[in-house]
Amino acid sequence: MLEQIINWFPEWARPFIMPMLTIAIVLQVNLGVCSYLILLERKLSAWMQDRIGPNRVGPWGLLQPLADMLKLLMKEDVIPGHVNKFLYVLAPGISVFTTMLAFAVVPFGPVPSNLSATDGQFPYIIAPGIDLGMVFIFAVGSLAVYGIILGGWASNNKYSALGAMRASAQVVSYEIPLGMSVIGLALLTGSMSIEKILLHQANAGIWGWNIWFQPLACVIFFAAAMAEAQRLPFDLSECEQELVGGWHTEYSGMKWALFFLGEYTHVITISFLTSILFFGGWHFPGIAESDSNYLGSTLVKMLVLMTKSFAFIVVIQMLRWTIPRFRFDQLMGLAWKVLIPLATLNVVCVMIVKQFHLNVWWLLPMSALLCLGAGLIGTQAKRPFLRRATPPVDKPHGHHAPAHAH
Amino acid sequence: MPIDANEVEWVEEPAMNFWESSYLPAVLDGLLTTGQHVANFAPITEYYPEQKPTLPTHYRGVHRLNRDDKGRVKCVACMMCATACPAHCIDIVAQDAPKDDPLWADRDKFPKSFVIDELKCIYCGMCEEACPVDSIELTSIFDLTGMTRKEMLFDKEKLLSVFDQTKDSGKDPVRTHKGKIGHASDFTELHTLGPATSVRGDDRAAKSVSAGVIE
Repeated sequence: MLEQIINWFPEWARPFIMPMLTIAIVLQVNLGVCSYLILLERKLSAWMQDRIGPNRVGPWGLLQPLADMLKLLMKEDVIPGHVNKFLYVLAPGISVFTTMLAFAVVPFGPVPSNLSATDGQFPYIIAPGIDLGMVFIFAVGSLAVYGIILGGWASNNKYSALGAMRASAQVVSYEIPLGMSVIGLALLTGSMSIEKILLHQANAGIWGWNIWFQPLACVIFFAAAMAEAQRLPFDLSECEQELVGGWHTEYSGMKWALFFLGEYTHVITISFLTSILFFGGWHFPGIAESDSNYLGSTLVKMLVLMTKSFAFIVVIQMLRWTIPRFRFDQLMGLAWKVLIPLATLNVVCVMIVKQFHLNVWWLLPMSALLCLGAGLIGTQAKRPFLRRATPPVDKPHGHHAPAHAH
Repeated sequence: MPIDANEVEWVEEPAMNFWESSYLPAVLDGLLTTGQHVANFAPITEYYPEQKPTLPTHYRGVHRLNRDDKGRVKCVACMMCATACPAHCIDIVAQDAPKDDPLWADRDKFPKSFVIDELKCIYCGMCEEACPVDSIELTSIFDLTGMTRKEMLFDKEKLLSVFDQTKDSGKDPVRTHKGKIGHASDFTELHTLGPATSVRGDDRAAKSVSAGVIE
């Protein structure tokens, strides 16, 4: 049926129809899902803190997102007099644009293998067949920080600038473990394409999910991706206690909502990526195997992927209301002293396995060993670089000794 | 001045063990705590407008003027409450009780007008404590609103109607001497009393005019 509709269009327009349709669907679903994720987050935090949460608009507060959206749309669009107007208006757009763009290469269902732009098959991905999918995501995802930096700088406000600077340092640091953690996957699969990594796992069954071979990489990826998305416990760039609102202090109304939308799209992308890269994507033993071809199997596969992603979104939201924020030096220490060395060693492990044609299951004890080694270094090392005030040495004459003798 | 080194107590940060330094058990422990709150969801929130709170009996809300057993206003217009009021929100104009009316035979004075500014009031309950005849009392009504400031000036009739509304509600029982006027009305003659303490000549309070005037 879709093919006939596509054929109705002139020749030159046909390749654009399905992508446009997909983009429209993804965009609309994403908007709706984001607003309801915000409601879920508010409800979840309320439940955790023995509160009730939004419950006034509609049954159980289910229409709250509509009320919020209406409020944000109707609000006065304030542009403070002291800002750089062009960049100030541009920043939220960049933030949303880049995070949406990153979603282009993330499959949200079983991507058909013999896909062509004009045969009317729904592609389940906006940009099918990109072999550098992962590189694209990280490239575009790190562009998102431009929205933050420009927004913070254009606001012409100390808090915003501080938040933006923190964000830039943080994103630069966490880019590295993020990329490093998935290099192992690319080596194992032999491809940078997210679709191919997914298919590789689906063909291998549940014991072929990458989580069994790369558990450490999964933890590193998840932590680094949360830092990329500026989610708690890594939201130093907007920590309310120190920086008022961080980089979006001067933003209100719909512009602020765009930043929020960007952040939530980022969270959704992370969750999809984690479930695709490490947890087999749409594969689930019994109901959604790679060769299952029953009626509605496509829908089931999509639902499996969505469920997995939803689980990760809930975990991210629960983590937000569970763990306190990192201090900035802890944040940097975590990236540079823990995650980057571990991710690098993890890649080395994968290289060893591939080079000497070992069984991939060797990677599981290797990851455990790396974890153990890191823990032992953390507890047993003398920590020569630890900057900590030390008690003064006992003086024979106890007169006014400076309190901070080193 | 710097703190003397001897007075500084140095506390050594305890070393982290293997699992602590990996952060993961702490994260899982935290997730367990928050997850248990979600699982055993037991909020103590009251759905306020639908569900009214049960207030303690000593809650201090809107005032009322009590009636005695004959239905007259109990207030004897002594100005004690107006004097005690720290917010100066009580305004009383007293009047001599009608001498020829048998209903008022046992009374000397009653308030001609009695106005409380409920917006100025700080609901401290001092008027209630000062009242010698237990006439003014604070009820547990807390959700009073008005469209104008003038509406929030509660006069004698309004305060008496508050009494009529609340006396049998169970929440605001007339606390003492129901129907009787109170100890002070039992005196048949009053002894002249000097001040309990000596008053200095420049004491402004001693020189001030009394809080009310009998018309």
